[in-house]
Amino acid sequence: MKSPDFEYVKAKNLEDVFASLHAYKDSAQILAGGQSLLAMLNLRMANPQILIDISGIDKLKGIEKSGNTLRIGALTTHNEILNSDLVRLHVPLLSQAVPYVAHLAIRNKGTIGGSLALGDPAAEYPAVALALNASLVIQNAKGERRIKAQDFFISLYKTAVQPEELLVAVEFPIATSNQKFVFMELARRMGDYAMVGLALALTMDGKTIRECAISLMAMDDKPILAPSAMKSLAGQQIHSESILQAQNALDKDLDPPGDLQANAATKKHLARVLLSRALTQAGESHV
Amino acid sequence: MSDRCMHAQFTVNGESVQAQVPVRMHLVDYLREEMGLTGSHLGCEHGVCGACQVMVDGQVVRGCLTLAIQADGKHVQTIEGLTENRELQKLQAAFLKHNAFQCGFCSAGMLLTALDITQHHKNASREEIKELISGNYCRCTGYQAIVDAIESVLHANLSSSSTQSGVKV
Repeated sequence: MKSPDFEYVKAKNLEDVFASLHAYKDSAQILAGGQSLLAMLNLRMANPQILIDISGIDKLKGIEKSGNTLRIGALTTHNEILNSDLVRLHVPLLSQAVPYVAHLAIRNKGTIGGSLALGDPAAEYPAVALALNASLVIQNAKGERRIKAQDFFISLYKTAVQPEELLVAVEFPIATSNQKFVFMELARRMGDYAMVGLALALTMDGKTIRECAISLMAMDDKPILAPSAMKSLAGQQIHSESILQAQNALDKDLDPPGDLQANAATKKHLARVLLSRALTQAGESHV
Repeated sequence: MSDRCMHAQFTVNGESVQAQVPVRMHLVDYLREEMGLTGSHLGCEHGVCGACQVMVDGQVVRGCLTLAIQADGKHVQTIEGLTENRELQKLQAAFLKHNAFQCGFCSAGMLLTALDITQHHKNASREEIKELISGNYCRCTGYQAIVDAIESVLHANLSSSSTQSGVKV
C-alpha cells in the first residue's frame, strides 16, 4: 500500500525540531532512519500530520566513551554499532545483539534511537537497554533529562518520551572485567521479528553469580525483566541444578500473549530453552 | 488526489534531477513512475522482501523505506546505472552461469546485496553469504544457485588479488 499524505520538514538543528514539535504536538512524528516508520506508513498503521526529518542533524550521530558510560547518539545506525570497536569492547551485550537486528540494507539506515523510541517489544535494543539498565537521554527546548530503561518502556509503542521531547542518545554502563553477557534470539528467519529473545548480564564473584539481570523480548507489550529467575540465580554457581531452578522460576515471570508466530505455551518453552543455553554459554566462558 | 510536493535536487545514475517531489512518495515509486527506471521492483512495500533495493550515497538501502524527498542532495544508483557502468558485470555473469536468475523479480535487489558483499565482506564464508542475503526473498531458486554465484565471485576476487600481490595460494 501507499503511505497516507503528510507534511514534511527537514530539521537543520535541534531548535528546528523543537519548534515543529511545539507547533504540531502529538500529531507530529519524528523521522530518523525510517526503517520502521515508513513500513508503518505504507501499511497505514501510522497517520501523522507531519514528519520531522532529523536525519541531517550530525550532532545526534556517533559513539563516545565518557567516564563509566558509552554514549551512543540516537542517529547512530545499526551498521555503525555492528562495526564499532568501542561497542565491542565496552558494551559486549549490544555487540552480540546487533547481528539479530534486521538485514543488511535496513542496518544501513535504521538507527538505535529510532528503535528505542519506537518501543517495539520484539526489538533487540530495548531488551539490551533494560538488561543493562541504560540511561535514555531525552531533550526538549528547555534542556535534557535522563531516565532509566526500567522506567522508559511503558507499553506497546509507548515510551516515556513526551510530545515535545526527543530521544537524543542512550548511555550504556561500561562493562567490567568480572561481568559476562549473552544475547540469544529465536526467529523464523534470522533478522525477522523474534519469537523470543533473551539478554543476560551476570556480575561474577569468581564462579559465583553476584548479580544477575535477565530481560526478555516478545513476551509482553514491552521488554520485561525476569525478577524470579534473577533472584534464583543470585549467589549461585552455574550448574545443571541452578539452571533448572532458574528455568522453573522463569515460568512465574512470564505470561506471554500468543502471536502469529507462536502460541503462549511455545513462547514460554522457548524462553526456558534460551535461558538454559545462555547460562550454559556464560558458564563455559572465562571471565 | 493532489499530494503535497517539495523541491528536491539529486542525481540518479550520475544525471542531475531537479523536481517537485510528492512528499509521501517513496523512492522506488519515484524512480519507476516518474523516471521510467523499472529495474527496481516493488514487492512487499514494507521492507521485508528486498526487491526494491537501490544505492543511496554508495550504500544499499530499501527503496520502499526511503522517501524520494530524502534523496535530496544525495546520489542514487539503480540496477540500470550499475549495469551500464559495469560495476555488476562479474556478478551478473556469475548469476547467469549458475542459473541464479529465474523469474528475475528479486534479481535487481539481490545483485545490489551481492555487490555490497563483494565490497564490504570480501572474505565471507558460504554461511556468512547466506546470512547476508537473508534480507532478500527469492521464490524460485531455493537460494543455492545465488549463493554459488556470489561465492564464485568472492573466490575469483580473492585469488586475483593474491596473484596481483604476488602471494601464492
